[in-house]
Amino acid sequence: MKVLVPVKRVIDYNVKVRVKADQTGVDLANVKMSMNPFDEICVEEAVRLKEKGKATEVVAVSIGPAQASETIRTALAMGADRGILVKVDGDVEPLAVAKILKGIVEAEQPGLVILGKQAIDDDSNQTGQMLAALLGWPQGTFAHKLELGEGTARIEREIDGGLQTVEVKTPAIMTVDLRLNEPRYASLPNIMKAKKKPIDDKTPADYGVDTAPRLKVLKVTEPPKRQAGVKVKTVAELVDKLKNEAGVLP
Amino acid sequence: MTSLVIAEHDNKTLKEQTAKAVTAAAQLGAPVHVLVAGQDAGAVADAAAKLAGVEKVLLADDAQYAKLVAESVEALILSLADKYDAILAPATTNGKNYLPRVAAKLDVPQISEILKVVSPDTFERPIYAGNAIQTVQAPEGKKVITVRTTAFKAAEATGSASVEKISAAADPGISKFVGEELSKSERPELTSAKIVISGGRGMQSGDNFHLLDKIADKLHAAVGASRAAVDAGFVPNDYQVGQTGKVVAPELYIAVGISGAIQHLAGMKDSKVIAAINKDEEAPIFQVADYGLVADLFKALPEMEEELTKLGY
Ligand SMILES: Cc1cc2nc3c(=O)[nH]c(=O)nc-3n(C[C@H](O)[C@H](O)[C@H](O)COP(=O)(O)OP(=O)(O)OC[C@H]3O[C@@H](n4cnc5c(N)ncnc54)[C@H](O)[C@@H]3O)c2cc1C
Ligand SMILES: Nc1ncnc2c1ncn2[C@@H]1O[C@H](COP(=O)(O)O)[C@@H](O)[C@H]1O
Repeated sequence: MKVLVPVKRVIDYNVKVRVKADQTGVDLANVKMSMNPFDEICVEEAVRLKEKGKATEVVAVSIGPAQASETIRTALAMGADRGILVKVDGDVEPLAVAKILKGIVEAEQPGLVILGKQAIDDDSNQTGQMLAALLGWPQGTFAHKLELGEGTARIEREIDGGLQTVEVKTPAIMTVDLRLNEPRYASLPNIMKAKKKPIDDKTPADYGVDTAPRLKVLKVTEPPKRQAGVKVKTVAELVDKLKNEAGVLP
Repeated sequence: MTSLVIAEHDNKTLKEQTAKAVTAAAQLGAPVHVLVAGQDAGAVADAAAKLAGVEKVLLADDAQYAKLVAESVEALILSLADKYDAILAPATTNGKNYLPRVAAKLDVPQISEILKVVSPDTFERPIYAGNAIQTVQAPEGKKVITVRTTAFKAAEATGSASVEKISAAADPGISKFVGEELSKSERPELTSAKIVISGGRGMQSGDNFHLLDKIADKLHAAVGASRAAVDAGFVPNDYQVGQTGKVVAPELYIAVGISGAIQHLAGMKDSKVIAAINKDEEAPIFQVADYGLVADLFKALPEMEEELTKLGY
């Protein structure tokens, strides 16, 4: 079974983002970019499936600018076999990403597509679910644990009240949550090896997808700022302020 | 035309998140219907019918909806979609699970986690863990929206809409619910509690969360946690507050042994009052806290419990 892992290039999660003064977006100039943290978990899970003999090949896909090839290289260094870069400049909305991924799925015929539950830039949490719907496939979102059976997958999911297990027929879509696994660091020899692994260059037109944004971003602004308050010296003072100054104790 | 809100419930009670999504839907300016998909969920439909501003409740009562499995709910909503201009769900793990499927099938973008309805086609939503707010205008056509419920007031239970039974859609039969392990707690739910007290890595162990529990019991508070505390196995996953956990906005949020990473702040910085207890006076949490106490939590928490007892809590 082939496993497809979509990986997105995003602002590194440690970077404090700055909203541009002209309110057109956030400042991406000279900012460190990395693989979306959830997508590292996807790659790790796919590579583990291969190591366990459950997957035959792991294909990493990224939709983005030319530099997204670095994100694919990271996946290759972690153990993915080859990459597909669908080159697009500018923002691509989840629906267009899902349509491109559908085209890739039809060409590659994977048994499982593992996506992140959310990209930490747009915080959309949509792409995997949209891809599943477009393909008419079942999904196990926010995965905490995966067990592959014969033609099925049992996925334990992180939900609001705790954990839930669903069983889906494969081929299927899975989106991962933080505690599915702990992604490995690529070793130096594997980083070197990754340089020789193939990356196919594609365009959205190859899949007949129009990536023009459908949502119009009117502006991007800073959220209201919270001011630091006061430091209190003792627990008694804290309780007193909460009760009598802020009035928030019952 | 009309807006449709998908109800969040557990087949017995209607969750407050639904009442909040109804408020957001009402701001679109069109009549609001609520869909209750469930099993033996008549009481939920009756509760939804009482929400102010709701014109009609649709009840699809069928075994396949007992757990709101995404593929089944998708098929049901799509069978109704023709009659609606806008389809909204609270941004719970259920809403996030099924609604993007609906959007994709309708070939429209989903607008995730709206914070504000600026006009019937324009919305504010957070990006980059809430470090930026995007104002987006939806294209012509149907709108598919998830609602960040902490940003809207709950519709009151002063209405009296009718409940109409509708038939189930064909079960897609590609996935099934196997089981669940729900955290049991006598305390209020994190997302609706007036007071939340959360612990971080500084708590050192799950056992030590009892120090927070004791205070939570006195204040009728919910107990939350940082990702670090959940990853370390101190508490279950559903305690996590943050960008990728739950978003809370209580009257009072008390952060204990939490450093204040942006991903954590994303889930609690809209709380009315924030108090923080941390032994590191440089901890970033103090930059957003209204009241900061630099102290060892193992000393401060028992003292706090005692102080509250003294005051009659
Ligand atoms: C993709 C992604 C998503 C994430 N999502 C979330 C999320 O949803 N929610 C979330 O919380 N995090 C999230 N994180 C993690 C986040 O970046 C931080 O790592 C995490 O919030 C840190 O948790 P913490 O504050 O408990 O731990 P630490 O940062 O280790 O802080 C512990 C604090 O406890 C204090 N302390 C220690 N001992 C004591 C004591 N005895 N008395 C008083 N104070 C003490 C220390 O001074 C320190 O400030 C995410 C990260 C990524 C990459
Ligand atoms: N441009 C992209 N390229 C590759 N994968 C993507 C892209 N956008 C989204 N994804 C995948 O979809 C997941 C969820 O993204 P989102 O729906 O935008 O929050 C990510 O974690 C990725 O696995």
